[in-house]
Amino acid sequence: MLVIRCPYCEAERPEVEFAYGGEAHIARPADPSTLTDEQWKDHLFIRTNARGTHFERWRHVHGCGRFFNAVRDTVSDKFVTTYKAGLPRPTEAELEGMRK
Amino acid sequence: MLHEFHSPVGREIAVGKAIPLRIRTVDDCARFSLRFDPARLAEASKAFGLALPAKIGDVAASSGRLAVQLGPDEWHLLAPLAEQGGVERAFAELYSATPHSLVDVSHREVGIEVEGTAALLALRSAIAFDIEAMPAGMGCRTIFDKAQIVLVRETEERFRIEVWRSFADHVWGILQATSREIELDI
Ligand SMILES: [Zn+2]
Repeated sequence: MLVIRCPYCEAERPEVEFAYGGEAHIARPADPSTLTDEQWKDHLFIRTNARGTHFERWRHVHGCGRFFNAVRDTVSDKFVTTYKAGLPRPTEAELEGMRK
Repeated sequence: MLHEFHSPVGREIAVGKAIPLRIRTVDDCARFSLRFDPARLAEASKAFGLALPAKIGDVAASSGRLAVQLGPDEWHLLAPLAEQGGVERAFAELYSATPHSLVDVSHREVGIEVEGTAALLALRSAIAFDIEAMPAGMGCRTIFDKAQIVLVRETEERFRIEVWRSFADHVWGILQATSREIELDI
């Protein structure tokens, strides 16, 4: 079982308390009606599907109830870090420091 | 009161052998789910008559009242049955100036107390995180087997589980089976 650190509870919790929430940092277009069908389809369905470092959302549904963001390696399943929703994504240099 | 008709109520599991363990349902009490602006917590503390904890996982308790902070703006409150009306009135007075949500969930939950040197062992059978590392006077929402509970570590060897009535039988059954295993040293 994965152990995930919730940035709101500031504690390590078992995976069963969490729900996966898809890719993070996807901004909803400000004015959807101006988008073409193609652009709207890309917003709704097209994801990076990264092999390696992946920015994703999780929800601590059976804990504090909050959504937050995580950086996880999709190959090793290792979490590099988790951070509160609304914060900018960590830079590659910051992540490199956390991997050690 | 619905509480009285729930099957684990009034029942007890006692393991008195080498490792003492006692599991019982706790007396009925008033329970509230409170959502409140954390920046104005002092007002809620005054209304409830207990300084509410300001950090997720912290517990405050005195004279029959207990509060555990579950989320950034969410608290689970317990109070004696006789004081339910008073608590509701105190929060109602706050409402016009400080909008919040105070929901009576008294009948939604059953309280189960797990006490004894084997309490950790019994709970570990169905809770996936490191309860041992959780200090006394802390609490959190978590998963017991498949059921969502609120777990409070009241003292080193006494835990309180708050679980929805519909899941209480399931939790009780697992505790019963675990107690049997502890009794038989399996
Ligand atoms: Zn959390």
